[in-house]
Amino acid sequence: MKLARPVYILLLLAVVVALFPDLAQAAGEAGEKLAGAPQPTRADYPHFAGMSSRDIVWGVAQMHLFLAAFVLAVPLFSIATEFMGKITGDQRYDNMAHEFMKITMSAYSLTALFGGSLALALFLLYPHLMGYLMKVFRGQMLIYALLFLLESVTLYIYFYSWNAMRYGNRKWFHMSIGLVLNTVGLTLMFIANAWATFMMSPSGVDPATGAVIGTVWEATRNPLWNPVNLHRFVANIAYGGAIVGAYAAYMFLSEKDPEVKAHYDWMGYTSNFIAIAGFLPLPFAGYWLMAEIYAYSQQMGITAMGGILAWLFIIQAILIGTIMLAANYYLWCGLMRTENGQKYSKYVKYIMLVIVGGFLVWVTPHSLILTTEEIRQLGGTHHKFLGPLGIMPAKNTAVNLMLVFTFLSFQMFYRSSRIPTVKWARAGNMLIIALYVTGIVNIVFAGLYGYITPTVYKVGASVPQVISTMSIIIFSVIIDIFMLRGAKTTTVHWGRMSDRSQYALFVLPVAFTWLMGLMGYIRSSLRTHWHVYTIMKDKSPEAYIPTIGEAGNTITIITLSFMAVMVFVFWLSRLGATRQETPS
Amino acid sequence: MTFARVMIFSLFVLLAFTGFANILPQVQGDPPAEEEINTGSLDMAGMIALGERLFTGKGTCTLCHNNLGRAPDLLMDDLSQTLPSRLVDARYEGVAKGKNGAGAIEEYLLESMREPSKFVVAGYGKKGTNDTVSPMPVVNKAPVSLSDIEMNAITAFLQNKAGFDPTVPLPSAGEAPAADASDDGDEEDGPATDAVAAIEKFGCSTCHDLEGSEADLGPKLNGIGKRMDDAAIAKSILDPNAQIAEGFEADLMPQDFGEQMRVSELNLIVDYLKKLPE
Repeated sequence: MKLARPVYILLLLAVVVALFPDLAQAAGEAGEKLAGAPQPTRADYPHFAGMSSRDIVWGVAQMHLFLAAFVLAVPLFSIATEFMGKITGDQRYDNMAHEFMKITMSAYSLTALFGGSLALALFLLYPHLMGYLMKVFRGQMLIYALLFLLESVTLYIYFYSWNAMRYGNRKWFHMSIGLVLNTVGLTLMFIANAWATFMMSPSGVDPATGAVIGTVWEATRNPLWNPVNLHRFVANIAYGGAIVGAYAAYMFLSEKDPEVKAHYDWMGYTSNFIAIAGFLPLPFAGYWLMAEIYAYSQQMGITAMGGILAWLFIIQAILIGTIMLAANYYLWCGLMRTENGQKYSKYVKYIMLVIVGGFLVWVTPHSLILTTEEIRQLGGTHHKFLGPLGIMPAKNTAVNLMLVFTFLSFQMFYRSSRIPTVKWARAGNMLIIALYVTGIVNIVFAGLYGYITPTVYKVGASVPQVISTMSIIIFSVIIDIFMLRGAKTTTVHWGRMSDRSQYALFVLPVAFTWLMGLMGYIRSSLRTHWHVYTIMKDKSPEAYIPTIGEAGNTITIITLSFMAVMVFVFWLSRLGATRQETPS
Repeated sequence: MTFARVMIFSLFVLLAFTGFANILPQVQGDPPAEEEINTGSLDMAGMIALGERLFTGKGTCTLCHNNLGRAPDLLMDDLSQTLPSRLVDARYEGVAKGKNGAGAIEEYLLESMREPSKFVVAGYGKKGTNDTVSPMPVVNKAPVSLSDIEMNAITAFLQNKAGFDPTVPLPSAGEAPAADASDDGDEEDGPATDAVAAIEKFGCSTCHDLEGSEADLGPKLNGIGKRMDDAAIAKSILDPNAQIAEGFEADLMPQDFGEQMRVSELNLIVDYLKKLPE
């Protein structure tokens, strides 16, 4: 059948419109006058049955983000574990990667449910803001929806084709599907990040009126986009690891069969490793984000670190300290799994001293909360000896030492089942000790230097500390790889763990979830009374930054709801694997 | 059983975090309140006082101009020395170059607020710019958005602090005091922090017998906590015509409290009402 030329042209136009919705939109708006951002008054905000619009959006958005972070992160380390299984030929890795995905599948539909609810809540309760964002990001929102569809398709294919493509070349094909799934997942996250960061550091619009003058890409690559992308990418891995660790702990506590318990013990250890491996570089991604916030707007940076939100970083210290202590406690308990564990357990008390000491330094505030009488007795709000521990150089030193010693806990467990056989083992060990000593001295020295340098350079003084920490970790791993080649291995008694140790694996997701909620609250609060910073004012009744207590209560309710949902998902997973015995 | 144990454990961990969040200083970050400036009656002493309030308040100048080294500490420095020294700095190429006296200081200060990168004091530039780019925001643009009168007031404050007689003009009676034309005047002075303040703010005692007003345009609310639950009290405030008390007329009570009140204020009033004795 021969088609007429106009039909071809129409088809071509349809393809162009589908592929480049920006172009179509731009063509439609070409003749229109550039309009600025809407400036709604308080009366323009819809409200729903006397309920707080912000609390509704806060709750739904946070639940969606928790679930989405988990659902996006698990396929990342699932494919890495699958790859390990392929390379080593050890089927345990493959089975574990498959089990990781099983939990993701249960959580996926809930993610979509909360995502849909969030979109509905935003369009109903903040129509002007959403209208403006639609105008700025135009066709990108449609692309997001299409990518979500693609994410669903690839996720289902990846999971359900697991056993059909388990060996040989089919395995590589299966991992390619996983790669597509992860690419789509990350793209989705980057797009959503663009909207959130545009609200903090708008670009591609007229700074005076908010009129859209740039392309979608210009609005997307706003100053804070990449720092948030990196921070969320790394944090998601840590978060996903923590949730899967909780799943393993749940199954470990629920199961009676020693073999099954051993499997979940191993899974718990691996998940804890993933969580901490993701967690170690997180402070550095955080530094970069904060440095970029300062570079974008010094005012915004100071609001976060030295203004109304400064106290939140003390809570952050409590949470991160809790995570460190729980992860280390779990590792120390793990020494009982190996025959040589006893040899290393005598060092635990020293590591604990450093971790607890670092934790205490980190939670020491610069100014103390005191009554008038106490201020009079103390002679000010700064304690003579404790005050200096409240500033950044002390905290940077503390966190770097905590990271170094957490890594040492991992290294001890890893070595407790391996005895090196290479001739240069003694020299290698001395080299590692020298690496630790030099790095720690450098961290402490750079911390002291931070006290004598002006405020603006204090953050810069943390760079050599970060380099020292990373050097210790990276070079120790490299030396260990070569030194433990052909090492004599001893049995690891998986499953030989106390029930108490499993609760440490629950502390991780609870603290991580609360921490993510807290960080989300800080990130949103940095916009102060703006929907889109400097462009579109927030005139709603809730255009204020809630108190720490109010935020804390809200985050706790959301976290508890999330934990209930996740433990329910774990329970469902176990139920799904339970088969009633055939009646005799 | 494991489900219950895990949830109870999670709850205890969460309560510890929440408890800690609640013992820290509780500060609510309210949007900056627009100060009523009576342009007709403002004298120079008033301008200086206004300038000081703006410097530490709406202008957010003290976020950086403090003793932490991010910007010159204008409150502690001897401005009689530092300000004139800027004008003779070899790198200064601004409008007050080669001039001296209070008028030149005024020009320099206003220029610094409108174009902060015109001259950056050595050591205070953005990192990597060799003191050619200032981290300071343009103060007559968002997010600070000071008006010309407000910038003049800050200039008067700093001139006075430096020991000069302020040279900025006093505003004329008709001059608009606020900078942001988009402001629709519905800014408020911040939320009421206790029930009595909230009752007063929304004029509840004008019609109801509250706080000893003995008003009788609206029904007595004593013992309402025993007749209605929190949600019903809140609903009768937000939608007063939904249920009219016997003997009273509809439409007497404002219908727009849902738009005027913050959730915290509504909660304060509900709490207050339900505790009223019989």
